[in-house]
Amino acid sequence: MSSRLRYAYYPGCSALGTSKEYDSSTRAVCEALGMELVEIPDWSCCGSSPAHTVDHRLSCALAGRNLALAELMEDVSAILTPCPSCLTNLKTASAKLKKPEFAAEVNKLLDRPVRATLPVKSVLQAIHEDVGPDAVRPKVFKWLTGLKLAPYYGCIMNRPPELMAFDDHENPVAMDQLMDAVGAETVSFPLKVECCGASYGVARRDIVENLSGKLLDLAALNGAQAMVTACPLCQMNLDLRQDQINAANRTSHRMPVFYFTQLLGLALGLGEKELGMNKLSVSPHPVLAGIESVGTAGKGARQ
Amino acid sequence: MNVISLSSTQDRNFVAQVEKESGQSVSQCYQCGNCTAGCPYTSVYDIPVHQVMRLLQAGQKQTLLSCRSIWLCASCQSCTTRCPNNIDVAHVMDVLRHMARREGHATEYGVKSFVDSFLASVERNGRAFEMGLLVSYILKTGKFWTDVDLAPKMLPKNKLSPFPHKVKNPEAIAKIFERFRQEGHK
Ligand code: SF4
Ligand code: SF4
Repeated sequence: MSSRLRYAYYPGCSALGTSKEYDSSTRAVCEALGMELVEIPDWSCCGSSPAHTVDHRLSCALAGRNLALAELMEDVSAILTPCPSCLTNLKTASAKLKKPEFAAEVNKLLDRPVRATLPVKSVLQAIHEDVGPDAVRPKVFKWLTGLKLAPYYGCIMNRPPELMAFDDHENPVAMDQLMDAVGAETVSFPLKVECCGASYGVARRDIVENLSGKLLDLAALNGAQAMVTACPLCQMNLDLRQDQINAANRTSHRMPVFYFTQLLGLALGLGEKELGMNKLSVSPHPVLAGIESVGTAGKGARQ
Repeated sequence: MNVISLSSTQDRNFVAQVEKESGQSVSQCYQCGNCTAGCPYTSVYDIPVHQVMRLLQAGQKQTLLSCRSIWLCASCQSCTTRCPNNIDVAHVMDVLRHMARREGHATEYGVKSFVDSFLASVERNGRAFEMGLLVSYILKTGKFWTDVDLAPKMLPKNKLSPFPHKVKNPEAIAKIFERFRQEGHK
C-alpha cells in the first residue's frame, strides 16, 4: 500500500439527490482509510444509461468531458466513482477512445480533446485493492457482530469482465470480504449479479417489482437481515420502492438496504449523520440495534 | 406465433449495417440460447434475445426495429458475458435500438420518453435533475400518478431537490448535444 492515495473523484448525478448517503459515506470512509478524494472540478453527467441507448459517440463525449477534466488534475492516480453505471460509461469511453478514428469523432463534439490516460475504478475496487480488508480490520472501532447480510453487487459492477477487470464476474467477493473484515456475516446469495430492473422504475415499474422482488425474496429466504449494495440504482429500487414491490407481490419485506460504505463507516466509528443512516427508506435501526456489543471496546480504536 | 416469410422480407444491407455499427459478426451465433437463458428480461420481451440474433442473421429488419425487446434490454451484460462465441450481444441490442430510433420507431413509448427526458435534463443543466426529469416525463406521457407515493419518502430526507444542480457552465454540455444534432442526429 502506497503511503499516499490521491484520486480524482466523480460523484455522479445521483450523489446530489437519491443517493446522497452513498456520497457522504464514501467521502467519510475514504478519509478514515487514508484515501484522499479530490472532486473533479465542474464534473458533468456521464450520460448514464440513456446516452448509450441513443448513440455511442454522444455517450463517449459526455463521459469524455469528465475524463478530460480529470486529466488536468495534479497528482491523482485514478478516477474513482461510487456508481457502477458511471463506472461503465467512464470505462467504456476510455476503452473506445483508444481507437484514434473513434476518438477523432468524439473530439469533434468536445471543447477540449480527451486522451483517456487515467485508470478508472469503482470506490469498491479502490477500497478493496488499494487498502484491502486486512488493512481495514485493525481500524475497526465497532464490530458488526451478528449482522447477517445479503451482498448484492448488481449487474454491471463486474461485467463484461474484460472491460471491468475486477473481481469475479459470476461470483464477486470484494464486498463480502470487506464485510467479513468488520465482523458482519454474509449469507449465500446466488443472485449477486442479477439485474434489479435498472432504470425502469419510472417507465415500467412492473419490471422492477418483479426483478427486485426476487432479490428481496431470496435475501430473506437465505436468512439475511439486510442487504448490502454498491449501486445507487440497485439501492433505490430495493429500498425506496420496497413498499411498491411488497404491494405488487403481496410480500411484507422490511429489509434495510445499506450501501457498503455506510456499514464500513459504522464499523470504523463514523457518525450516523455522515453515513446518512436516516436517509434510508426502510429504517435500519431495528437491525442496527441488534448488533451484538461484544468486542466493541478496546479493539483497535479509531486512528 | 408470427409467421415470417423470410425470403420476401430479407434485407442483407441491414445485416451488414448492424455488423458495421456494432463491430460484431452476427453469423457467429449458433443459437445455443445462453443469452436468453440468462436474460432477466425474457419475461417482458416479445422476441427473446437468441431469436433477435436469429432474425438478424435472416435480415428481418422491420420485425426487429419494431419489436419491444430492443427497448427493454437493460444492458445488464449477462448475454455478452456468457456468449460462448464472444459476441457482444448487448452491444448488438444497443445498435438495433439506435437504428430503431433513427427510423422513428418508439415501440416502448414510456422507455423512449424517459430516455428523452433524461437527456433533455442533462442538456439543460449539465447534470441529471431528478425532479425536473420526472415532471418532463409526466408531461410527455400524461402518467400523472407516476411515483407520487415516493414523494413523502424522499422530500423529508432532502433527496428530491426542487432545483437542478447545474454545472458552472451548462453551455459547454449543451454544445456537445448541439454539435451532435448538427451532424444530423435526432
Ligand atoms: S449466447 Fe451467443 S451464440 Fe448463443 S444464442 Fe446467444 S448470441 Fe447466439
Ligand atoms: S443485456 Fe439486454 S439482452 Fe442481454 S441479458 Fe441483459 S437485458 Fe437481456
